[in-house]
Amino acid sequence: MPARIGVVVFPGSNCEHDVVKALGLFGEARVGAELVWHGERSLAGYDAIVLPGGFAHGDYLRPGALARFSPVMEALSKYAADGGPVVGICNGFQVLTEAGLLPGALQKNRGLRFLCTTVGVRVCTSRTVLTSETATGTELALPINHFEGNFTCDAATLERLRAEDRVVLRYTANPNGSVDDIAGVCNDEGNVVGLMPHPERASDAMTGGTDGLGLLGSLVSAATRHARLPA
Amino acid sequence: MKYEVLVEVRLRPGIADPQGATIERALPALGFEGVEGVGVGKAIRMSVEAPDEPTARGRATEVADRLLANPVIEVSTVTVLGDAPVTAAGSAPVTAAGSAVR
Repeated sequence: MPARIGVVVFPGSNCEHDVVKALGLFGEARVGAELVWHGERSLAGYDAIVLPGGFAHGDYLRPGALARFSPVMEALSKYAADGGPVVGICNGFQVLTEAGLLPGALQKNRGLRFLCTTVGVRVCTSRTVLTSETATGTELALPINHFEGNFTCDAATLERLRAEDRVVLRYTANPNGSVDDIAGVCNDEGNVVGLMPHPERASDAMTGGTDGLGLLGSLVSAATRHARLPA
Repeated sequence: MKYEVLVEVRLRPGIADPQGATIERALPALGFEGVEGVGVGKAIRMSVEAPDEPTARGRATEVADRLLANPVIEVSTVTVLGDAPVTAAGSAPVTAAGSAVR
């Protein structure tokens, strides 16, 4: 039975098809990815959930501020609390912080420029559903595409993230002013991960690189493990 | 009764404000000296149905706390402008309501 990964679509999401396509590279025997409309109230049957990039609700008020009130988010909160694998990419990361499923907030980039470029990131922990198959210290080249990617949190939160091994990725050359060069974080259990870079956009040599495949592969494995848990 | 309420959302002290800083840096070039502490926030207006002003303020504050401001990076100020709709031509009388920073 292939693992089933749900990719949530909010009005304004625009990276969902890229995520589905990238996950498809792992073969339909291993994984099937499908779109989940934000109006759905149930996530039953999914072995992992991805919140993709884009501009959910037009980024109105703040990126992710309105998406967190979407019907699917109540099910998502429960799904995450029950240990289900959840990955938020870019706008998805913003939605997760606004929903309180991840700490901190994503601010405007320090240089006030929209950044659309490939950056170096370093994997800082292998204890998450996104990084379990990548050695700590591995450097990856991943595309970023954002105006509000500047991760910020107060000193106490930063201390907790560092102490609890919850900083997942750091930029090797901080492009946006994120505190402690943080590009991605996780929750206590490591089953909810948010990151600003787009691994799905580094999954095909034709479009520039494949450094995202290792991260997506970890997610597929996490989904497979989750699928095999007793109901 | 409908109360006109203004919610101002600002960045918390200590949170970097590149927009404010950029504007502040541009001012001397435009001939403005002695202007500092520029901060950019948001102003949201709403009409709140309530039996009295404190209730209106309370409801607007709930909206501000739950949605309009992200408490990680923002604070909000709620001001009740008056108990009549603000017309296009002018503004409603301002009550001596004061405001509360949250």
